[in-house]
Amino acid sequence: MQGFASEFNTAIALILNGDPELWAIVLLSLKVSVFAVLISALIGMPVGAALAVSRFPGRRILIVLMNALMGFPPVVVGLLVYLMLSRSGPLGVLELLYTPTAMIIAQVVLVTPIVAALTRQVVEMLAEEYSEQLRSLGVSRLASVPVLLWDARLALVTALLAGFGRAIAEVGAVIIVGGNINHVTRVMTTTIALETSKGNLALALALGAILIGIAVAVNAMVSTLSLRAEREGLRHA
Amino acid sequence: MIRNFVRAALVSLGLIAGSASAEEPFIVVQSTTSTQNSGLFDYILPWFEAETGIDVRVVAVGTGQAIRNAINGDGDVLLVHATADEEQFVKDGWGVERFDVMYNDFVLVGPKSDPAKVKGGSDIVAALTAVSEAAVPFASRGDDSGTHKAEMRHWGDAGVDPTAESGTWYRETGSGMGATLNVASGMDAYALTDRATWESFGNRGNLEVLVEGDPRLFNQYGVILVNPEKHAGVRAAAGQRFIDWLIGPDGQTAIEAFKLNGNQLFFPNAK
Repeated sequence: MQGFASEFNTAIALILNGDPELWAIVLLSLKVSVFAVLISALIGMPVGAALAVSRFPGRRILIVLMNALMGFPPVVVGLLVYLMLSRSGPLGVLELLYTPTAMIIAQVVLVTPIVAALTRQVVEMLAEEYSEQLRSLGVSRLASVPVLLWDARLALVTALLAGFGRAIAEVGAVIIVGGNINHVTRVMTTTIALETSKGNLALALALGAILIGIAVAVNAMVSTLSLRAEREGLRHA
Repeated sequence: MIRNFVRAALVSLGLIAGSASAEEPFIVVQSTTSTQNSGLFDYILPWFEAETGIDVRVVAVGTGQAIRNAINGDGDVLLVHATADEEQFVKDGWGVERFDVMYNDFVLVGPKSDPAKVKGGSDIVAALTAVSEAAVPFASRGDDSGTHKAEMRHWGDAGVDPTAESGTWYRETGSGMGATLNVASGMDAYALTDRATWESFGNRGNLEVLVEGDPRLFNQYGVILVNPEKHAGVRAAAGQRFIDWLIGPDGQTAIEAFKLNGNQLFFPNAK
């Protein structure tokens, strides 16, 4: 393993020396996954919260389904999005296949159930806590959704981070709908897959280390922000 | 507030999509992992792009998948290595015309200890027979790729049906050439690989080339324009320009000039 260690060091040095191509790949990874998470939040949070406060037949089934979708295999999502966006598919005229937009779409499909399911859980607990207050104020269930989401915002950050983690680490879907095209749709995970297939294991591992570093940095940044927000909130209270 | 946020998100999404698809003209080439992993495209494409301003976007998958993607219209040009399938693709109307581009060869790699005793031979059928008789691990692509089809042809010539032994000594990885070589390297298995992928492969472990030079190991690459009559979105003009370049003197010279570790990996042979 001696050779491997020195190879790994060389790879890390290569990366730290700021290879512009590599940083373009890192940037694209972040861009795609951040957008996917933002869009998932816009869809998943209201849906999750509405599901938490409303009561209707079939609600339990919907919740089970949503929770199950958190484990949707990325390759299957990739395949479904590919079939939609292919020139012979229903959305082929949009010419979105093999673009970053296609990758964002695939990640939104993967991340939205996570955001929705976790939001549902958080908001349901909060709604129980607030139920008497809300009732005495005469607020209808659905009308209470914005308030509940706002009050649960710190817990919801964790839901978004969980979604981001899934998005940035995922390879099966983006390699199908993005095509791993150099300078266009090549992201961290597909680069790692490519280097592994070339047998450049040390380089692949070094890229993996960077990916982990990014995940840690994003999580640290968000948790610092939410901690600060929490303190601010306490001061205003 | 939320409405502004949505608008901002949609605008930025449009920017990402816009930056990827608009501006410069481009074509999508459905091709194989061997051409990409070896670095051939990285070497020759800048010349074409400088000359024409057409950006070539390569999707590298197995030949079987590349052909299916092209049938779906998800590519403008097909560059693969399974001549019979390529001719069928054109015959079925999915492609316009097939042209020879270049060739190299397949080699049988295996562990240095060589338990099947095939080293130094140049008869691929005899070598595979020996592997099957010794029942030593053999890693197959098992993915309907050009290399997999070639491998199955040789098993057929040897009168052996290895899939009957699937899971024992015959291991079907269902993955690309590099991934399959990683498996072979990990379990000291034999494997059939194209020479380009082998030359550029970095995790050989105990593996080395054992059998080469059989004329049956010839590996021809062909290029085809996807038929714009089947899929209106096909960028036929730009795609045809790429094909003309590839089989013309400039492209053929570029292919010939590509070397890895001092070895030429692809030999141009357009007519």
